[in-house]
Amino acid sequence: MTTLAVSPLARPRLPRWAPAVVAVGAIAVAGLLALLLGWGPVATLIVAGVLYVVVLPAWSRLLEGSRAAADRLMTNLVWGSFVVVCVPLLWLIIMVVRKGAPEITGHFLSTSMRNVVGPMPGGILHALEGTVVVTLAATLIAVPLGLMTAIYLIEYGRGSRLARVITFLVDVMTGIPSIVAGLFALALLVLFFGPAFRAGIGGAIALALLMTPTVVRSAEEMLRLVPNDLREASYALGVAKWRTIVRVVMPTALGGIVTGVVLAISRVIGETAPLLVTAGYNDSMNGNLFSGRMTTLPVFIYNQYKTPGAVPLGAHATDPPGYARAWGAALVLIVIVMILNLIARIIGKIFAPKTGR
Amino acid sequence: MSLTTRPPGRPLALGDRIFAGAARTAGLLILVVLAGVFVFLLIQGAPGLSVDPSTYGQGVTSFWAYVGPLLFGTIFISILALIVAVPFALGVALFISHYAPRRLATPVAYVIDLLAAVPSVVYGLWGGIALSQALKPVIAWLGAKLDWIPLFQGPASPNGQTALTAALVLGVMILPIITAISREVFAQTPRLNEEAAIGLGATRWEVIRLAVLPHAKSGVVAGIMLGLGRALGETMAVTMVYSSSPKYMIDIIGDTSPQTIAANIANNYAEATPDKQHVLIAAGLVLFAFTFAVNFLARWAISRGERKLTR
Repeated sequence: MTTLAVSPLARPRLPRWAPAVVAVGAIAVAGLLALLLGWGPVATLIVAGVLYVVVLPAWSRLLEGSRAAADRLMTNLVWGSFVVVCVPLLWLIIMVVRKGAPEITGHFLSTSMRNVVGPMPGGILHALEGTVVVTLAATLIAVPLGLMTAIYLIEYGRGSRLARVITFLVDVMTGIPSIVAGLFALALLVLFFGPAFRAGIGGAIALALLMTPTVVRSAEEMLRLVPNDLREASYALGVAKWRTIVRVVMPTALGGIVTGVVLAISRVIGETAPLLVTAGYNDSMNGNLFSGRMTTLPVFIYNQYKTPGAVPLGAHATDPPGYARAWGAALVLIVIVMILNLIARIIGKIFAPKTGR
Repeated sequence: MSLTTRPPGRPLALGDRIFAGAARTAGLLILVVLAGVFVFLLIQGAPGLSVDPSTYGQGVTSFWAYVGPLLFGTIFISILALIVAVPFALGVALFISHYAPRRLATPVAYVIDLLAAVPSVVYGLWGGIALSQALKPVIAWLGAKLDWIPLFQGPASPNGQTALTAALVLGVMILPIITAISREVFAQTPRLNEEAAIGLGATRWEVIRLAVLPHAKSGVVAGIMLGLGRALGETMAVTMVYSSSPKYMIDIIGDTSPQTIAANIANNYAEATPDKQHVLIAAGLVLFAFTFAVNFLARWAISRGERKLTR
C-alpha cells in the first residue's frame, strides 16, 4: 500500500477541507475588494462565487492534474448554475408576497374597478369572476374533446395511421403560441359577429385550444397505464366495449385524468395574451360569456401595470396605485395556480394506482 | 368473431357504435381545429397583405416590409433568451440527473416545475418593475464600458427597461422546458455505458462527456428547439418589459429595441381599425407558421432520437 502512494499512478488529492478553505478565502477576498472599491452586497457575492468556481480547479490543477481539475470545474459550474437559477424564483416569489400581501383586503377581493379613479381603493372581483367564467367554459370545451380523443387513441385507433397523425399534431399543438390561439378565436368570432366583437367566449375558445393538448397527453398516458387484464376480464363477462371503457377503464384511470385536467387548468388560468385580444378589458362586473368585454386576472394585472395612474401627491408611496393593485392581483393569481397544483398533486396521490390489495 | 355472445345484442352494439364514433369524431375534430387555426387566420389575415399602405405605419410600403423587422426582432430576442437559458438549463438538468444528492434531486425538479407554473404576466410584472430596477447599474456600466460591442452601443436606457432585461426574463421562462427535457434524456443514458466509463477510471465529468452527452445530443437539441418555440411566441414578458419599435437594430440596452411579432400584436390590438386588425392577424399567421416549423423540427428530432434508441 505504501508503494502505491508514491507510484506515479496515484496522484495526490486535494485535502478534504480544500473547498471550505477556498470558499472562506473567496469570500474574504471579495469582501476586502468590496470594502476598498465600495461594491454592493450583490456584486460582492457574485465576485466571491466566481472566485470560488475558478480558484478551486486552479489549485486542483497544480496538485491533481488537468483531468481532476476539469472535473472540479464542471462540478462547480453545475452547482453554480443551480444556485443561480434559484435566484430569480426566490426573488420573484418574495417580491410578489411582499408587495402583494398588504393589498389583499376584504375590499380588494369584494369590489370591482367600476368608477374607481386614481388612488381610490379598487378591487379585483370582476377579474376573479371573469377568470372563473372563462376558465370554466374553456374546461367544458377542452375536457370532453381531449378525453374522447385520448380514448380514441388508446382504445380504438391504436397503431392506426390516423392515431399516429393525431398524436403528432397534438404534440405540435402544444407549441402554439398563446397569442396565436387568441387570434384564431378572434378570427373565428369576427367572421360571424363583425370586427368589433369582443366577449368572454372568444377567450374560452382560445384557452380551450391551449388546454386540449395537455388534456389529451395526460389522459392518454393514464389510459395506457390501465392493465389490459382488466379490459379482457370485462370482455370475458360479455360487457360491450364502450361499457368496458366507461365502467372499467375510466374509473381506474380517473385519478390521473383529473390530475391532468387540473394541471391543464392551472396552466391556462394565467394566460394573458389570448384574453387581451379576445375578451378585452372592462372595469365592471360581467358574468355573461357571450356579450360585452370581460376582464380576467392576468389581463387585469397587465392593464394596471400599463396604466398605473399617478403617484398621489404628498403620499409616501413611491409606486403608482396601479402597480400596487397589479402586485395584489399577481399574488392572488399565484396563490390560485399553486392551490390548483397542490390539488392536482393530492388527487394524484389519493387515486394513485394501488399496488397489491 | 360472429360466435361471440353479446348479451342482448342490439342496443349494446348501437351504444358501441355511437361511442366509437364519438371518440373518432373527437380525434378528427382535433385535426380539423388545427387546420381551422390555419384556415381562419388565412381568411382573416389575407386581406391584411394588401391594405392601404398607410395602415402598416409611416414609410412602410408593403406587408413584408412591415413584418420583416418584426420577425427579425422575434428571432433576435428569442436567440438572446436561448443564450441566457441554455447553459443554466443544461447545468440544472445535469445537477438533477447526475450531481445532486438523491434527496435533493426530487425537490429541485419540483421547484423547476414551479418556475414553469408561474404565469407569464407575473414574470412580466417582475421583469418590468423589479428586475429592470436592479439592472440599472449593470446597463449603465455596459453602456459606458462596453459600448464598442454593437449589442451594447447604447445610449444606455436610464430606466432599465431594455431588451436585455426582456431577454433575461424570457430566459428564466424557457429554462424549465429545456431543463425538463434534457434531464429526462440525461437520465435515460444506458447505465452500462456510464459504468463502463467509470470502470476505465473516468472522472464524473468524463463520464458525462463520454457517455451521457453523446447519448443525449438529439434530445437536448429538441429541448432547446422547444424552448425556442416558447420564446418566439411569448408575448407578455416582451410587451411589459421594454418599449419597442419595429426596426432592424441590435442594440439591446437602449430606450427602444427591436419589436417582436407577439408584442406588436398585443400593443396595437386595442386601437386597431378593421384593416389593421387584418394586418395583425396576418402577422400572427407568420408567427404561427414560424413556430410551427420550429416545433415540427423539434418533435422530429425527438422521434428520430427515440427510433435510434430502439434500434
